[in-house]
Amino acid sequence: MSVPVLSLEAVGKSFGPVKVLHEIDLALRAGEVHALIGENGAGKSTTMKILAGYQPASTGRLLLDGKETRFASLHEGEAAGIVMIHQEFNLAEQLTVEQNIFLGRELKRGPLLDKARMRSLTRRYLEHVKCRVAPDALVSSLSNSEKQMVEIAKALSRNARVLIMDEPTAVLTNRETEVLLEQVRALKEQGTAILFTSHKLDEVAAISDVVTIMRDGHVVHAGPTSETDEDGMAKAMVGRDVSDLYPAKGRGPATDTVLSVRGLTVPGFAQDASFDLKAGEILGLGGLIGAGRTELMEGLAGLRPATADQITLFGEIVTIKTPSDAQRRGLCYLTEDRKLRGLLLNWGMRENLTLQTLFKFGGRFIDRRAEDAALDNAIREFGIRAGSRDVKVGNLSGGNQQKLLLAKVMLSEPRILIADEPTRGIDIGTKQQIYVFLRQLTAKGFAVIVISSEMPELMGLADRIIVMRSGQLAGELSGDEITEDAIVRLSMGLSATQSAGIHLAGAS
Amino acid sequence: MTDTTLPAPTRRLPSMAVLGPLLALIVLIVIGALMNPNFLSGANITNVLARSAFIGIIAVGMTFVITAGGLDLSVGSMAAFIAGLMILVMNAALPSMGVGVPIILLGMAVALLAGTLAGMLNGFLITTLGIEAFIVTLGSMGIYRSLITWLANGGTLSLGFELRTFYRPVYFDGVLGVSWPIIVFALVVIIGEIIMTRTAFGRHCAATGSNEHVAHYSNVNVNRTRLLTYAALGMLVGVATIMYVPRLGSASASTGVLWELEAIAAVIIGGTVLKGGFGRVWGTVIGVLILSLIDNILNLTDFVSPYLNGAIQGVIIILAVILQRERKAAQ
Repeated sequence: MSVPVLSLEAVGKSFGPVKVLHEIDLALRAGEVHALIGENGAGKSTTMKILAGYQPASTGRLLLDGKETRFASLHEGEAAGIVMIHQEFNLAEQLTVEQNIFLGRELKRGPLLDKARMRSLTRRYLEHVKCRVAPDALVSSLSNSEKQMVEIAKALSRNARVLIMDEPTAVLTNRETEVLLEQVRALKEQGTAILFTSHKLDEVAAISDVVTIMRDGHVVHAGPTSETDEDGMAKAMVGRDVSDLYPAKGRGPATDTVLSVRGLTVPGFAQDASFDLKAGEILGLGGLIGAGRTELMEGLAGLRPATADQITLFGEIVTIKTPSDAQRRGLCYLTEDRKLRGLLLNWGMRENLTLQTLFKFGGRFIDRRAEDAALDNAIREFGIRAGSRDVKVGNLSGGNQQKLLLAKVMLSEPRILIADEPTRGIDIGTKQQIYVFLRQLTAKGFAVIVISSEMPELMGLADRIIVMRSGQLAGELSGDEITEDAIVRLSMGLSATQSAGIHLAGAS
Repeated sequence: MTDTTLPAPTRRLPSMAVLGPLLALIVLIVIGALMNPNFLSGANITNVLARSAFIGIIAVGMTFVITAGGLDLSVGSMAAFIAGLMILVMNAALPSMGVGVPIILLGMAVALLAGTLAGMLNGFLITTLGIEAFIVTLGSMGIYRSLITWLANGGTLSLGFELRTFYRPVYFDGVLGVSWPIIVFALVVIIGEIIMTRTAFGRHCAATGSNEHVAHYSNVNVNRTRLLTYAALGMLVGVATIMYVPRLGSASASTGVLWELEAIAAVIIGGTVLKGGFGRVWGTVIGVLILSLIDNILNLTDFVSPYLNGAIQGVIIILAVILQRERKAAQ
């Protein structure tokens, strides 16, 4: 076999006394797509950072073209042709595409910028990845997938021989993902070595040549992707069987309507939405990213300005103007964006946990002991894994952050929980825990609305699904009507089935 | 899940960012004591503390504003304006009320009310109208400075002689040898510290300054929290003015000049993060003391010219921010 472009040999990594990587072997070869998978906290990110030169290994060797090397900084890594694309994009939002691509190594003619050449080169790089944005477009005006493409174009402009992508598809829609995967294939054919992580196993199976599976800082499986199937991967990641990912559904049609929304409008995002929610059910809210699902629910929860003809909550007509109104009435919204809206990353777990319900912890003064007790409970109940209690929340893995966020929202004891993308970017084991938790809530007679862009999740979890399209509710599906095809048709503006037979919400 | 027991919170040594200002203060006291035997005399200490009190009271309010992610440049001008207003009202009421406790109380009420309203106005423009705090308070700084100049007709507003004599003890007298400004300063600090560390409001301030989106999604009323910090700061400017007016009995266009910068500097030296999200009231007290001790030491010794006071303060402010950055880098 050819000499790998970049490889790790028996690499270990410790942070203080905590050993996070044990004897990792990994080889990236030219023209090969390598998938690195594992639960959150398995050590994928650290492995990638060592490969890209962001962090040095504690033990073991890093080999570039078969020769031992050591990157003093990520700049040396980049100089060697190794480029890492982060999950959170590394683009300056207020600069143009062209300015971003040449940021830090602008082409000059004498003392002045050579804008013409930068523009033509940018155009070439963008064409190369079949991205149709203008070089002078502001990055802030681009969609997530376009930003992803710009990142790849930027990597190309640095003559990347090794491209490392941290969950490149986590924030992309299905269509955007397809475009990205096409580009990955094209790059591979040109001889780039590619490493990527993903929680979507179908993607891994579809595109990677080699897969390395990590668990708790060890490589537990490595080999050609063709030799394993998705079930095998999931099993190796979690270390147990996950065939029953979704808990059993509710007991059939419930009767008590706990929430009835008529004519809810969130200016600029959603118009005239009407739907009902029953006790003991999980209502799925599907649709494309950008259809206004999040905004509609935030409007309902008082987080953004909204108007409604009538909202009936537990049989009482209510007006919800602020999130506190909603919370007082037992309605809580769990944000999709745990890092920017959900948690204060530079705070500890205790203060984050109680921020939303401080009024419960002491009257005039905060009762720290009660807070600590609540944290103990949350850690136990939600199985939060953290190195120590003092750890800053930003240092927790995504799955543990999500569990903490869920614990925080649950402290306000909602009777109706709106969970927006409750499992985005977290590992399959934690996903399963969250599914079980949501189902347990409904078993207690509470009601849950789940917004999800993951089709299997929506179908596996929800008793009933409403689909949103361009700010409108496009239709409702329940029971046997719930099929991937029907959801996609509704999100695309078609009827759920060729023949009629759907219930249009808001038709009354 | 697997093992979920966590080690109990560990007690570690406070970081350099916590100890730094404290050490600097101790070093200053030692230097002062070595250079001039009068430095540690009761009279000098009282003098330093009483002079620190005005800036200190304001700086405690500023700690809250900055912690919640704001800034207020108008406090110096606001203090001058409130002082002028207070003097005008008291002088106007003198013929009808005569010299006595009621007229002093009237003056105090005017100061507190004017301060609170002025702070609320800043807060309203910043939160409800969503204008940058720097711009709003830069504007109101100019407005109040100009108003006091206009009220004083370019000169000085003075309390009537008898009133001044009657009001003087509020600055110069005290309880058990501790003068009133020091007592009030201490009370403001204690209350401020408790509010910052022990109440929901203090934590909401820090949450708002740390990330206002997270605060909003955690049902914290971000605008109300910010508005309250500005209102509290305005009220504390009123309190400081109440203590300040009896000292000279007058107000002019040069009253309170640069107080805003001294207050902000004290807050930053004390370890509060300028971008918000973390505030330390007792740190602010140390910051205030450091600034006034430098001034005091330079005046008591002829080692360095007192004219260099500003330069030394400047160096200390920059050093404090470098310390903050080191702490960030260490994380």
